[in-house]
Amino acid sequence: MKQLFFILAAGFLFFSCKENTAKKELPSDSIFHLTTQWQDQRSQSYRLDALRGKTLVVVMIYTSCKATCPLLVADMKKIEKQIKPDYLNKTSLVLVTIDPETDTPEHLAEFAKTGGMDASHWVFLRSNEAATQEFANVLSMKYKKISPIDFSHSNIISVFNPDGELILQEEGTGINAEKVAGTVNETVKDS
Amino acid sequence: MKIHFIHIIAFSVVVWCASCNRQEAPPDAGSHTLQPEQLSSQAEMVLIPGGAYKPFYGSDTAMVKVKPFLIDERPVTNGEFLEFVKANPQWQRSQVKRLYADTNYLHNWVGDTILPKGINKDAPVTQLSWYAAKAYAMAVGKRLPLLDEWELVAMADETVANARQKKSYSDRIVNLYLVKNRQYNAVKQSPPNYWGVYNLFDLVWEWTDDFNSVLVTGDARSGDYSDNNLFCAGSATSATDVLNYAAFMRFSMRAGLKAHYTVGNLGFRCAKDADEQSLLTAPKKRDLLRAED
Repeated sequence: MKQLFFILAAGFLFFSCKENTAKKELPSDSIFHLTTQWQDQRSQSYRLDALRGKTLVVVMIYTSCKATCPLLVADMKKIEKQIKPDYLNKTSLVLVTIDPETDTPEHLAEFAKTGGMDASHWVFLRSNEAATQEFANVLSMKYKKISPIDFSHSNIISVFNPDGELILQEEGTGINAEKVAGTVNETVKDS
Repeated sequence: MKIHFIHIIAFSVVVWCASCNRQEAPPDAGSHTLQPEQLSSQAEMVLIPGGAYKPFYGSDTAMVKVKPFLIDERPVTNGEFLEFVKANPQWQRSQVKRLYADTNYLHNWVGDTILPKGINKDAPVTQLSWYAAKAYAMAVGKRLPLLDEWELVAMADETVANARQKKSYSDRIVNLYLVKNRQYNAVKQSPPNYWGVYNLFDLVWEWTDDFNSVLVTGDARSGDYSDNNLFCAGSATSATDVLNYAAFMRFSMRAGLKAHYTVGNLGFRCAKDADEQSLLTAPKKRDLLRAED
């Protein structure tokens, strides 16, 4: 019995390890090359490559925004509704804050809860200012702090495949949620 | 015995597994990309005492405060960037990640560590991305200048700190911008401005750290510009100084850039926060920049 246990344990470790090393190399343009540290609404810290393997829908917002961010959040929810329910566990809907000072993990958790975005496929991220700026540049997103509580920013929703390659960007509010969700569905199906 | 044997196998698998995991573990995460090898910078820096200035874009009344800072007296050169890529192979042409630079990155270089034929090594380096410029700055213990810092220095002509009122100021810069192939000339061959800073206009456009804070699309010189569909709070981005066509050209340039773009006449210089030491040792000659516009 003991023997069997060890064989199983060894086998398990062997295969779990095998799976790790078998991961193919990241594409050159993958966002998972970024080495910055992020914190989510569950106060967990990780690098972006922790999200590898899922199709990502990404938007940058700040939670105290009264202008277009609520529309962007609404767009994200519309997209969520049109992703096939079976595919949601292979998808992450990621909202990254451009105001890391105000948007602490607790704040983001509260925002997620009141907005009905507490399912596990919703990920809210914050980092420091330098990492936020770098990430905005990866998304080609423009933003500027115009007062201690307000930012001007461009409205862009981006889709990344499970290897972190950008496959779709939709700019402006009132975007075509169907198109974005369609891309997500296709991507999950192919992955 | 048999059990011992299985123990050993299990143990070795665990060890092997742990070691393979360690290889995969991320390097210590810096705030940005990969921490570059440190180099020393040859560029002299000039102390700018800071002050308040009226930015080209913003609401009419908003003055922007700029803290004292140090700025390189000239752009980073081909020769200097060559040393950087030699020490940092991840920034060589064949090694750079597409995430960090488009396919034209250093495309005119002969090889990964060979400058283009006939190029002046003292001319500003161009055809590199924001990420690459930032990595270089980090390697020499500096940073990229903020857009407001750069624009504040750029308000000076050769004699005064703020020449924006002078009729000739913008025209002269626009003429410099129109000179073809200007990026091939060596740095510091033309007179410095009031602060002792060279080549702000006559050789290359320059990356700034927060170039992506420019929220304009097309011709945004008119005050009634607002593209609220694309930008949240876009009305805070209208021009205050419509006669300053040179500044308009710079902001249009920045608005059109993405961080991985590389451009044949776009280079950079570095900056640094002014510490107490530099404030004490800097020449006293320069008065605090006054805020009239």
